[in-house]
Amino acid sequence: MRKFMAGARFLAGAAAAGALLSGASAHADQPKPWEASFQAPATDMMRQIEWFGNYTFAFIVVITLLVLFLLAYCILRFRASANPVPSRTSHNTLIEVIWTVGPVVVLLLIAIPSFQLLTAQYTPPEEAKLTVKATGNQWNWDYEYQIDKSFSFNSAVLQDADRAKAGKEDRNLYPRLLAVDNELVVPVNTLTRVLITATDVIHSFAVPSFGIKMDAVPGRTNETWFKAEKEGLYYGQCSQLCGKDHAFMPIAIRVVSDAQFKTWLETAKTDVPAANKALMAKIDGTNKVAAAGN
Amino acid sequence: MAEAAAHDHHDHRPHGWVRWVYSTNHKDIGTLYLIFAIIAGIIGGALSVAIRMELQEPGIQIFSGLAQMVYGMQGDAAIDGGKSMYNAFGAAHGLIMIFFMVMPALIGGFANWMVPIMIGAPDMAFPRMNNISFWLLPPAFLLLLSSMFVPSSPGAFGPGGGWTIYPPLSTAGSPGPAMDLAILSIHIAGASSILGAINFITTIFNMRAPGMTMHKMPLFAWAVLITAFLLLLSLPVLAGGITMLLTDRNFGTSFFVPDNGGDPLLFQHLFWFFGHPEVYILILPGFGIISHIVSTFSKKPVFGYLGMAYAMVAIGAVGFIVWAHHMYTTGLSLDTQRYFVFATMVIAVPTGVKIFSWIATMWGGSISFKPPMLWALGFIFLFTIGGVTGVQLANAGLDRSLHDTYFVIAHFHYVLSLGAVFAIFAGWYYWFPKMTGYMYSPVIANTHFWVTFVGVNLIFFPQHFLGLAGMPRRTVDYPDAFAGWNMVSSYGSYIAALGVAIFLYGVFEAFQKKRVAGANPWGEGATTLEWQLPSPPPFHQWEQLPKIK
Repeated sequence: MRKFMAGARFLAGAAAAGALLSGASAHADQPKPWEASFQAPATDMMRQIEWFGNYTFAFIVVITLLVLFLLAYCILRFRASANPVPSRTSHNTLIEVIWTVGPVVVLLLIAIPSFQLLTAQYTPPEEAKLTVKATGNQWNWDYEYQIDKSFSFNSAVLQDADRAKAGKEDRNLYPRLLAVDNELVVPVNTLTRVLITATDVIHSFAVPSFGIKMDAVPGRTNETWFKAEKEGLYYGQCSQLCGKDHAFMPIAIRVVSDAQFKTWLETAKTDVPAANKALMAKIDGTNKVAAAGN
Repeated sequence: MAEAAAHDHHDHRPHGWVRWVYSTNHKDIGTLYLIFAIIAGIIGGALSVAIRMELQEPGIQIFSGLAQMVYGMQGDAAIDGGKSMYNAFGAAHGLIMIFFMVMPALIGGFANWMVPIMIGAPDMAFPRMNNISFWLLPPAFLLLLSSMFVPSSPGAFGPGGGWTIYPPLSTAGSPGPAMDLAILSIHIAGASSILGAINFITTIFNMRAPGMTMHKMPLFAWAVLITAFLLLLSLPVLAGGITMLLTDRNFGTSFFVPDNGGDPLLFQHLFWFFGHPEVYILILPGFGIISHIVSTFSKKPVFGYLGMAYAMVAIGAVGFIVWAHHMYTTGLSLDTQRYFVFATMVIAVPTGVKIFSWIATMWGGSISFKPPMLWALGFIFLFTIGGVTGVQLANAGLDRSLHDTYFVIAHFHYVLSLGAVFAIFAGWYYWFPKMTGYMYSPVIANTHFWVTFVGVNLIFFPQHFLGLAGMPRRTVDYPDAFAGWNMVSSYGSYIAALGVAIFLYGVFEAFQKKRVAGANPWGEGATTLEWQLPSPPPFHQWEQLPKIK
């Protein structure tokens, strides 16, 4: 009964999610209610991961159904009432070779694109044009822009009390536990290198829609990269248990146009909150114009 | 002369508490292990239900109240204390289920009971060591439980670093004594297991009945032999790792402190060098049990016996060289990751051999669906689901997105909670009549199966979806979008908890009704030696060694 109810709610939820998706998907990539798949990819890398996920999924569904079918067949065909006299077969070399070689072939079919995907993740297609360093602390992130005159700021979970002041009252765009006070701002279509470390305990820098996850380990600098394809706001969460407020150190990345990024950067070097305010005003304005244009 | 004869017939067995506390009898010690595992399982299960209650809805509902009740915290301190308490519950749930439930049930319980009987031995090789193996566990368990009530860091109680206790969170991150107690608990539980492993290896190598060659040995004994080797080789590495944690914490060493030339990742390598074989330690005895049950209730010998035995040897051996697939996101080099992807995928081959061989054992059989067989069938299917998601996770490129999300939680609960635990219940319903002499109610046993089957699938299947959508594991609260599947999962855990209650009632009912089971309630399919003895077996069996043809 409960299972049925859950199913019904799932359908209702899926419908609601669909409605939501058609409305506001362009702005942000974040988990959706009753989602049962990866978040929509925002980088080519995540698209490759999603493809490979689906590719392997096809294999494992077939394997699982095969096992289920064989079990069901045995249960029906060889139940005591249908087959009172058991056979004494306990060996068959041919079938044993088949079910050893068969999985080897399947694994090879999986391994080839798997190694390609893994290699691609460690082979950025071009030189990074922007390098930012993310440093995990209990329980917030420091972002440092490594440009001619480097500067840094802190990014922590957005407290409900600060929503109005920050102009982030829209809970769809700035969801609870995902929204932060200062987002990491990067230009669109720009290969961005992220250097990742931590000051106290191990954290992990993860953005699902970018297909990146890299541990922030004290005393070590890890590196990953992404190239966001679309402007918008993208969310992730710390993905390594780091103590009491592990659930409360989100990662938010705002992908903007080149021009917007340049403007933001100029102000941000001296005044990050002012730069963010100006950027948000500009983006909101553009969206309103776009909505009116529709 | 008359006196000597009388003496021979005299009942040697000790009575009362002496029988249990001083016991050197493998069956009594096995019974103690099983009772211990049931108690620990109930506690560990209760912790997980509390976790699911907390996660049923977004926000912090349960643990702030619990922190208030247990630790007497108020207001914001209770919320902060509750968050830490949630982490401690997660760590304790994992440690208890692994070290104090599954291992004692399968190795200490069923293996202690059945391996000597199955290989035609009167007892274990070192009966007194067997006693100390068991009696190390209760103090270890008490240390872990008491760690929940002492401080870990200011305003927090209990070892909140997960069962993996990664430094620096488990060193500088939790300076209080809670973590020390937890580490000592693992030390003692590990020592208990190492002693048990030595005992099993010696017993199986030296005490087989005449004619019982290695290649005639029942698969459960094979499984336990391989498990014992995994324990013997992997646990000392864990012991070394956590000793280094202990000295880093208390004596100023810096094995894992980067400021002084140490490396936090060194611990992860040591931990997973133990941790990965450990998951095979948890499942291999279950493989053995399932083989016997499938064969018994299909009335056929196990298909491909040698393949089955050496598949387990292969799984055990390869299990030692795949550990860093738990560390794909730590910054391993590309070549390192390539190797671990390859090695990990290899394990799928012997595992596939086992699944297909169980099905081939059923093929052409005359299958009766008694409760043990029901659990075994459930095991085969659910273990397959957990296995194939494991094949996905083996790929570092894909694991990038799935690591440390609920997808991983779903995967390892499908192989352990729905694999190892189903194997434990299968073994319980298979051997309960042998161990006690009483037959349980099949209706209650079947109800227990179906309620558990629905419950655990409802818990863990939706967690695949949560993981795909990106929900990180080990969080006390989550973005509101994850609420739906979390609610389903929590309802599942209440159903599974009901299943545990039905199980306990079934045990109670069996002892109350005292239906006599007879020496072999399962008929011609049950061919291993334990079914040639009365139920329950005599205090000392095989005084006349059985001859194996």
